[in-house]
Amino acid sequence: MNVVVCVKQIPDPTAPQSLDASYNLDRSGKLILDEADTYGVEMALQLVDRAGGGEVTVVSMGSSADLAGIRNALAMGAARAIVVSDEALRGTDALGTAKVLAAAVRRAAPDLVLAATESSDGYTGTLPVQLAELLAWPSVTFATSVSVEGTTLSVHRQTEAGYDEVTAPLPAVVTLTAGVVEPRYASFKGIMAAKSKPVEQLSVADLGLEGQVGPAGARQAIVDVTAAEARAGGEKHVDEGDGAARIVAFLESIKVL
Amino acid sequence: MALGTIWVVAEPSGAGLTATTLELLSAARGLATEVAAVTWGGGDHAAQAGEYGATTLYQVGDVGDALPGAPVAAALAALVGAHAPDAVLVPASYDGRDIAGRLSARLDRPVLTNVTGLAAGDGLVSEHLVFGGAQLVHAHFTGAGPGIFVVRAKTFAAEPVGGAPAAAVAAPAGDVGPVGAARVVARHEEVREGPQLEDAAVVVAGGRGLGEAANYGWIDELAHLLHGAAGASRAIVDAGWVPYARQVGQTGKTVKPALYLACGISGATQHLVGMKGSKAIIAVNKDPDAPIFQVADLGIVGEVQKVLPALIDALKARQS
Repeated sequence: MNVVVCVKQIPDPTAPQSLDASYNLDRSGKLILDEADTYGVEMALQLVDRAGGGEVTVVSMGSSADLAGIRNALAMGAARAIVVSDEALRGTDALGTAKVLAAAVRRAAPDLVLAATESSDGYTGTLPVQLAELLAWPSVTFATSVSVEGTTLSVHRQTEAGYDEVTAPLPAVVTLTAGVVEPRYASFKGIMAAKSKPVEQLSVADLGLEGQVGPAGARQAIVDVTAAEARAGGEKHVDEGDGAARIVAFLESIKVL
Repeated sequence: MALGTIWVVAEPSGAGLTATTLELLSAARGLATEVAAVTWGGGDHAAQAGEYGATTLYQVGDVGDALPGAPVAAALAALVGAHAPDAVLVPASYDGRDIAGRLSARLDRPVLTNVTGLAAGDGLVSEHLVFGGAQLVHAHFTGAGPGIFVVRAKTFAAEPVGGAPAAAVAAPAGDVGPVGAARVVARHEEVREGPQLEDAAVVVAGGRGLGEAANYGWIDELAHLLHGAAGASRAIVDAGWVPYARQVGQTGKTVKPALYLACGISGATQHLVGMKGSKAIIAVNKDPDAPIFQVADLGIVGEVQKVLPALIDALKARQS
């Protein structure tokens, strides 16, 4: 079974974030593999292992030619990568990204596509389903467990009340909740091997998607960006054995007690 | 400038429509001259949709055991083609996000998600909180075709207007082919006691600072003593300490209780977005620089392992 994992290289979420003059997220610093995508890579490796054959391909899109995050996924054990990187992709929205990834996924012709429920920088959360629709495949979002028997996918899908058991025929797109599997750490051997694994790098023109990406393809625009009304912090006390009493007094003051 | 027509994806839940649906219908009424709703399933929601301001209710009907995303989006895309609404508002729920994504690809129209406000401007202008709510982004759609907005729960108040039942119009999806092939074969509901997280007046939430999974028992006990619901940060949900249904934040639930008690939660961006609308916030955390203190009305810098048991004892003493 061949599995594609959609991954994204994002600015380090622990570093301060800002918007540039065009209101795009500043991606000029070092990019890392979105931690949310490590679950997909791990799940793909496990599914291929259980199926007894096949390979894991990571597919990614970005405006930067930086590949450190992609190499990280390869070091975990993915066999190869397809990366669409092009300056023309700056300002591409989720639907444009889905078009690019759909074209890249078609080249890999996998049985299954895995993605995170949403990226940790943009949080749009619609891309995997847009991708499924463009591929004319079924999708199951918010998976908390995934298994494959033959050509049938079985997923536990998170719901408001608990979870649903969902089945779908392959090929399909599945989005994974964080924590669905424990991502492995790349071994030294894996890191060394990743350096020579094939990374196919494509441009927007290679995929025939000129005009459908970037700000022109987005057909949505930011009107303005303003500072949000800050919520004023209140009192802060170091607990000297009186913390609980202070909380009780506060609860009384707001009439919760 | 009011818009002509706004449609609301009306998500069924039990016998009625979800709370977020009613919030969106209420908001749409103030933004457009005409509001229609699009729903699915076997229930009759014409009266409730009308009560909250919809004049027309398009009914996709029973989708059987299919996940609703594909069939509802297919039916909705056909309806949009025929009636050309100015905007489609979609609740930010599991199925809502599926519907919005598929509708977007079918119509070749983009989506704006995580919407936390809507206003009439140059078309419909949406508000989005970024960087943990430090900045507000306002956005709108350009080009022809409806804007698709996925709106977070509790962005608006649900206010009935006592309208007549909406005129029901059947709009079946028909066969949607492979995209609709995902089937629900069994449903599992977790037994929950006490108030629901989204509705509770008091929410007590725990995070990594609790130290270990067993200590979440303090959160349950405090929630019980305060007649509230127990919540959690993403970190301890990911770690498997508690079910995802308890997660508060960007990827979890949005809560706006009268009191939010954050215990051992640092206050990452992703968490703050889900709870900073709370009326009062108390935070207990050992790190004096934790971002949670920036939004807390009362901050206790200390070990939750000391403060929480003492608080439980104090609350019990008051009750006896």
